[in-house]
Amino acid sequence: MKGYKEKLFKAITYTASLFTIVALFGIIISLFSEGLPIFKNVPIAKFLGSSAWYPTHEFPEFGAFTLIMGSIFVSLGALIIGIPLGLGSAIFVSEIAGSRLKEIVKPIIELLAGIPSVVYGLFGMAFLAPLVRVWFNLDTGLNLFTVSVVLGVMIVPIIASLSEDALANVPKSIREASLALGATKTECIFRAVVPAAKNGIIGSVLIGFGRAIGETMVVLMVAGGSAQIPHSMFDSIRPMTSTIAAEMGETVMGDMHYSSLFALAILLFIITFVTNLVTELVFLRRSYR
Amino acid sequence: MVNTRIQTQDLNLWFGKQQVLHNVNLPIYDKMVTAIIGPSGCGKSTLLRCFNRMNDLIPETKIEGKITLGEQNIYCSKTDVTKIRAKVGMVFQKPNPFPKSIYNNVAFGLVIQGRHSKCDIHGRVEESLRAAWLWDEVKDRLHTPAMALSGGQQQRLCIARALANNPEVLLLDEPTSALDPQSTAKIEELCLELKKSVSILIVTHNIAQAGRISDYTAFMYLGQLVEFDVTEKMFTVPKDKRTEAYLTGVFG
Amino acid sequence: MNKRKLQNYLGVSVLSLAILITFGFLIVFIIRMFYMGSSVLSWDFVFSSPQKGMTAGGIFPAVVGTFWLTTLAILIAMPLGVFTAIYLTNYGKPVWLVRILRISINTLAGTPSIIFGLFGMAIFVNLMGFNISLLSGALTLAILALPMIINNTEEAIRSVPKDFSDASLALGATQRQTILRVLLPTALPNILTSTIISIGRIAGETAPIMFTAATFYSRRLPKSWNDEVMALPYHIYALMTEGTHAEAQVPIAYGTALVLLMMVLSISAIAIYTRYAIRRNRKW
Repeated sequence: MKGYKEKLFKAITYTASLFTIVALFGIIISLFSEGLPIFKNVPIAKFLGSSAWYPTHEFPEFGAFTLIMGSIFVSLGALIIGIPLGLGSAIFVSEIAGSRLKEIVKPIIELLAGIPSVVYGLFGMAFLAPLVRVWFNLDTGLNLFTVSVVLGVMIVPIIASLSEDALANVPKSIREASLALGATKTECIFRAVVPAAKNGIIGSVLIGFGRAIGETMVVLMVAGGSAQIPHSMFDSIRPMTSTIAAEMGETVMGDMHYSSLFALAILLFIITFVTNLVTELVFLRRSYR
Repeated sequence: MVNTRIQTQDLNLWFGKQQVLHNVNLPIYDKMVTAIIGPSGCGKSTLLRCFNRMNDLIPETKIEGKITLGEQNIYCSKTDVTKIRAKVGMVFQKPNPFPKSIYNNVAFGLVIQGRHSKCDIHGRVEESLRAAWLWDEVKDRLHTPAMALSGGQQQRLCIARALANNPEVLLLDEPTSALDPQSTAKIEELCLELKKSVSILIVTHNIAQAGRISDYTAFMYLGQLVEFDVTEKMFTVPKDKRTEAYLTGVFG
Repeated sequence: MNKRKLQNYLGVSVLSLAILITFGFLIVFIIRMFYMGSSVLSWDFVFSSPQKGMTAGGIFPAVVGTFWLTTLAILIAMPLGVFTAIYLTNYGKPVWLVRILRISINTLAGTPSIIFGLFGMAIFVNLMGFNISLLSGALTLAILALPMIINNTEEAIRSVPKDFSDASLALGATQRQTILRVLLPTALPNILTSTIISIGRIAGETAPIMFTAATFYSRRLPKSWNDEVMALPYHIYALMTEGTHAEAQVPIAYGTALVLLMMVLSISAIAIYTRYAIRRNRKW
């Protein structure tokens, strides 16, 4: 009787675990089965290399190059803002702030991570973009610069909390050794502590990159949405995620346009999957027990 | 006349490839206190954990030989390990009451067996707390968190918790090493009282403690049982040179 | 020596500046949200339906929709997540399964939310025929929440000292009894607080419900789980992008955002505060 209950309980936990695996495989299979048909009509090289994205023309063209570049530009822009702010905050919290200050700052950063992205989108669209337009005397404030700022601030909590973990794991002895050799606080931080936490910090940046490239609402609302390779940072831009979100509503299930948007999702999935895997295995060295 | 409660026969134990116990043959007598002494890493705690099969929890543990509790082979594949653990109680080095109330700590073993009435449990809890000399100190606050007790009280609570199962044997793994001298003295006295009803096996670092409370002493060294004898005898005329060296503080 | 002092001073200032800019942005953000949102916020706004093609009226259907989406998603994800975490922490065999499971969890956690939306649309809406509905949206959000809940629960269970499970096993408890009576109750406060934080996260998600549950405009409340629902985050997006009366809709969008923000931030703040309080007060 007792043994039977034990086995049943174990079986339940086992079954529950399978759900996660099934969910992941479900995602992969659904993306590929809906997205791959586009490659019967459009060669992969053309899909990746061509800049002509005219999905609703009479003779539609599906060249995703500008969309891919759009995603990359937006993510790099976000990192340019997010890395100094996030890393700076992490170092400040871990190395400079006293324990009282730390107890205030850390929860606030944690809270920042909870702000919904659509609210950031609203803020960027209705407040920041008009300001940017006036300040820089532009036609529109919905552009690469504005979206980078909003997205950059959005990934600050991610970079900050993961980097702070990495810094906190640096043994105290390394700090003491460098201070005992006469280093100043700054020298100790940048010559001893940060190099020792290098892997974790790079990992946090990569995770921030994955978050930025996969973010939908902010780019949908703030990036402007014209499919072009930007020539300046005040050009409007259109990444993959906002293309999927904006155009999926117009498609008919199973047509080429529908399928091409799933193909974009496959690409997005591969990019984030590889980024995560590299991060986990190389930089965070999580053991897969 | 002494009865043997537990007997090990040619007990060998490996963690992975490393052999930790070598051919241990040790009797544990009924209603006596048996102490296991020896330097750190000699395998005394590992031996203790063989008697309630806590070593099962460590991966890649291999055991050969036999341990009999009464008539029963503890390591027989048909043995229900939970029943063994109820019969052979254990108290750990660091007091580890659950983050529950005092009452629920003591009742835990009975509740999980699922065949005692509320009334039964109530009686057993009081009995066990009395037996562990804790009743008078906690009877007015049975439903307050056990974590609020002092270290010595927590350890006596752990003893009460083990006693509630009505064990035949009580294993004590350096039970006083985390306690102050006063609490230690109280637990030592308690052992002398408890041995009237239960066999006690205690691992200790403290030679003087073994001398004060044990009837028999086993000296272990590098995974081997070097000497086993009546405590008084061993402490006055040790047979083995290594025992003598340890008792006189040459190593340890 | 002076140069090094200057350098040190500069370094510390730059680092302080980073956190000041972050907090400055946050303060501007919060002030703007409260300033713009409070002009339309009232009990009536929260508890009445939208009117005149969303240029007037309140957001009650969206509040109710978000409540049900979130609640259902958590009710689905919570048992799966907790049991999975128990499997990972206590059973963990066979090793190859654990490895695949960990890769799956980490991959799901890093997958963009829009992809969950596409998956939900392809599987729940179309393949299983649940249509655009509360159910499809809740299932999609549940999968999104799953890795968060697994990771949080696992961490909570692992933080329970081994002493407790040793004590329980030594008293003759089985592994199941040890998990249910000692590990889970001890880890429960931590599991709950982090689950509340994930509730805040999924309540604010927009992309996953865009094609699975959300509707632009509805005057009535959802009656069953087959109904399309309005939801706060989608409502903000719709107001900003799909209307023609910007001057009337933008203030409503701010009001909606303020409601969402207050909901999400207040429950997160309570959870975060509780967690710090638990950490400070616990004796083990």
